Amino acid sequence: MTKKQKKVRNRIIVVLIMFFALLILDKTGVLEPVPWYLQLVIYLIPYIIIGYDVIKKAAINISHGQVFDENFLMMIATFGAFGIGEYSEALAVMLFYQVGELFQSYAVGKSRQSITEMMSIAPEIANIVREDGTVEEVDPEEVSVGDILQIRAGEKVPVDAVVVEGESFIDTAALTGESVPRKVVAGDDIISGCVNQDGVLKVRAIKAYEDSTVAKILELVENASNKKSRMENFITRFARYYTPVVTIGAVLLAVVLPFATGISFMDSIRRACIFLIVSCPCALVISVPLGFFGGIGASSKIGVLVKGSNFLEAASLIDTIVFDKTGTITKGEFKVTDIVLADNSGIDSSLSGDNDLKTQLLKIAAHGEALSNHPIARSIKEAYEQKGYAVDQSLVDEASTKEVAGHGITTVYDGKELILGNGKALLANNIEYSEIDSPGTTVYVALDGKYLGCIVISDVIKDGVVDAIANIKKAGVDKTVLLTGDRKNAALFTAKKVGIDETHYELLPADKVTQVEKMLSEEDNNSKLAFVGDGINDAPVLMRADVGIAMGSLGSDAAIEAADIVIMDDDLRKIPSVIKIARKTLRIVKENIVFALTVKIAILILGALGLTTMWLAVFGDVGVAVLAILNSMRALKYD
Amino acid sequence: MKKTYKCEVDCANCAAKMEEAVKKIEGVTDARVNFMTQKFMLEADDAVYAEVLEKAVKACKKVEPDCEIEV
Repeated sequence: MTKKQKKVRNRIIVVLIMFFALLILDKTGVLEPVPWYLQLVIYLIPYIIIGYDVIKKAAINISHGQVFDENFLMMIATFGAFGIGEYSEALAVMLFYQVGELFQSYAVGKSRQSITEMMSIAPEIANIVREDGTVEEVDPEEVSVGDILQIRAGEKVPVDAVVVEGESFIDTAALTGESVPRKVVAGDDIISGCVNQDGVLKVRAIKAYEDSTVAKILELVENASNKKSRMENFITRFARYYTPVVTIGAVLLAVVLPFATGISFMDSIRRACIFLIVSCPCALVISVPLGFFGGIGASSKIGVLVKGSNFLEAASLIDTIVFDKTGTITKGEFKVTDIVLADNSGIDSSLSGDNDLKTQLLKIAAHGEALSNHPIARSIKEAYEQKGYAVDQSLVDEASTKEVAGHGITTVYDGKELILGNGKALLANNIEYSEIDSPGTTVYVALDGKYLGCIVISDVIKDGVVDAIANIKKAGVDKTVLLTGDRKNAALFTAKKVGIDETHYELLPADKVTQVEKMLSEEDNNSKLAFVGDGINDAPVLMRADVGIAMGSLGSDAAIEAADIVIMDDDLRKIPSVIKIARKTLRIVKENIVFALTVKIAILILGALGLTTMWLAVFGDVGVAVLAILNSMRALKYD
Repeated sequence: MKKTYKCEVDCANCAAKMEEAVKKIEGVTDARVNFMTQKFMLEADDAVYAEVLEKAVKACKKVEPDCEIEV
């Protein structure tokens, strides 16, 4: 509790004791012989202790022309109660109003704290290593690009940097929700906000603090609650009218009712006071943004940045998700995914002394590509090296190596003619081969005029994508679509493998926008389309979609800039989680609105009919606010 | 220029009222009173910024005497 809250708490305790003492005295009849004016004085003492600040604020606000100020309305309501001789009610209303206010400010402070703590990624210090070797502790904002920094175990990485010395494990959980620490060595980039776990690292700053990932993220999250959802805007507009309308209603009740129905002024004023007690829209105004704030907090806990309440609201309505292929569904790196041997390939162990025939084919191919730097050549060599071998260039005759565009490579390996390439390359040399039907790129290998086999290279599907798509469907998304510039064969194969329903292939970047726009026009108000991309060449589509979801690839500015939701660690499985968080948040917010409005309207109706007491009204009002806040806090939790 | 300040405000409704009041001041391009993060953001022309800021703080104090803005 803050100092301010503690002061209010102490006043509440004192007055609560006095209030119960008075209540006992009143009920046991001790106060009965006391004349009314003395009773008034007795009640006024605790009333002033608990309510003086409200009255003071009311006075100041009224002098500023703020008629519909909650302090002022509370003051009028309690003065009214005193006026009609209901002293204990007057005191109770003020007392419980203060209890409610205290609880609200405490609960809001608490939830604010837990959210900010969860996002406590801001580094407090940076240690600059000077040229003479001394280490100086400075504020992260004072670090300039190129500075050498020392990061000890347990410290946060202050700015985006590259490791120059040392190795360690770094914990990226605060940024990505990924709990397995990542190993870094000299030459690796590290992102600000991560925590160095064991060794001492020397790093060179590559960005100033304000351009670093951590500063960008903090700014995003802080601004997120500025982007209001439709629901919030509705409540703000509603609150603007609610208080004046209820207040005018109170005045009308007090003045008109006695003439219209013949009830006493005492009674009509009591009813009017009940109106004033429930005239503050605070329960609504607070619980809606608090719910969204919690939802945004819960998302950032799992490593997903939601850039505004409005986007969380939109995410709850997603019914179509469009995926980009390369970099989103697939890793965008080519790898040898299959090695197919020809029947009677003739590779025998005498060739290399190794008895794994596939490895031998790979060996021959890797040597054939030894002098090439083509991505396909690189992936073949990489696959070979991964098996623990090295390419021996002396086995290849450089002078006779020829690259034939659109065909492949011919060279001399181990004294024999080697042909690597597509079907055309083999046909051109009159070599018989069996066509392999594959979505990837196929490299046929022929040695000494004989077809040996084929190496298939394709883009690798990311881990967890199949699960992600299945869960997205389970979460109630009706349609999944794949957009790609890739060939039909590869596109359809990928879509089928991961379980995507609809595929559009061979698209130019501009076609993707057109395609998404076409799908957007089919959406109605209550369904939204999300586009998932890596932000590299699909920024226009990310912006055009209702909800642009970018793979953050840790620190890619373009993606963070263009998207509405950023998945920090590129794990598509976070998408169904975010949709669930969004739906839960929206449900909570709706519950709050419906609940608070129902109770308020019920109290208003009962109050107007004279069927309720001021006691019930104040409990109803404070109780609704408290319950709504507690309910909002649920949005913070995600399991 | 756009700058953000710490701002202590007790109720969400008051924050909304403060925001509205500040937006009405001449020279203010945009203003936000964020109850959740307890931040006050003011965007105004560089030339008149200091002046506008002063007016904005006054306007906030007027609608919510209890608020504190750390300039």
